[in-house]
Amino acid sequence: MRNSFTILLFFVIGVLVGFYSFAPIIIIENDFSSWALYLLMFLVGIGIGADPNSLKAFRGFNFRVALVPLFTIIGTTLGALVVYLLLPNFTFTDILAVGYGFGYYSLSSIFITELRSEELGVIALLANIMREIITLLSAPLFALYFGKLAPIAAGGATSMDTTLPIITKASGKEYAMVSLIHGVILSILVPILVTLVLS
Amino acid sequence: MLIVIGIMFLGIVVGYFIRSKKVIIKISDKLIMWAIYLLLFLLGITIGSNRIIVDNLANLGLNALAITIGGIAGSLITAWAGYRIWFKPKERDHAK
Repeated sequence: MRNSFTILLFFVIGVLVGFYSFAPIIIIENDFSSWALYLLMFLVGIGIGADPNSLKAFRGFNFRVALVPLFTIIGTTLGALVVYLLLPNFTFTDILAVGYGFGYYSLSSIFITELRSEELGVIALLANIMREIITLLSAPLFALYFGKLAPIAAGGATSMDTTLPIITKASGKEYAMVSLIHGVILSILVPILVTLVLS
Repeated sequence: MLIVIGIMFLGIVVGYFIRSKKVIIKISDKLIMWAIYLLLFLLGITIGSNRIIVDNLANLGLNALAITIGGIAGSLITAWAGYRIWFKPKERDHAK
């Protein structure tokens, strides 16, 4: 679902097309992209509903496992607060919205573009791709210094697919299910939290 | 925008009921990829045709990096605390 290289490629081609103004202005109209977004969300929903992993996630749900997404949300919120104090050009809600992408860059960048601005959409795209890449590269270090939940929390929504293999390696197989459930819950929460923060 | 969330939940319910229809699920997954490609391509066009954003791209990247580091660092700290309190196997006989 998140084939990062191809997605980036499409984005970069779009930038070049826009930059050299090959594109007719009509394509840029927003109505079109909000219909595409509705379709996308419906399909994403189908994907979640039909995925046997989602069912597993709800069956394996218990108090301790439910806490882990909460750690990630609270930690990301605190981090956003610190960044807000360091970057005075942004409002707290803008930074929080980017943070609440939790690595799910395709969806969060599209949402933030629609709800706030293209500029913040680009920041969301880059920031959330970086979250995935940093987790992929550093999961073993995170597990070593911050405990076995750390790579999961760092991975955010990606802990259910792209970063799941490295997390399982860093934290052990017994954390694979925790990681999966964490990712499923955060993936569902991304559009909800981003919308709540920006409206 | 709340409509969008409603649409997603509708999709989850529909997806649950058609989960045995593998062909539809497969087509749906393919369509998701293309919808994302299309939307990011459109975002790219909007960005590329906006001089102010293009000239600031490096700056936007740095801001993005700051937000990422903040989010990851915060998550590491809460995950560390949560792990120690609720997950870490108890060491019963360590000397004080």
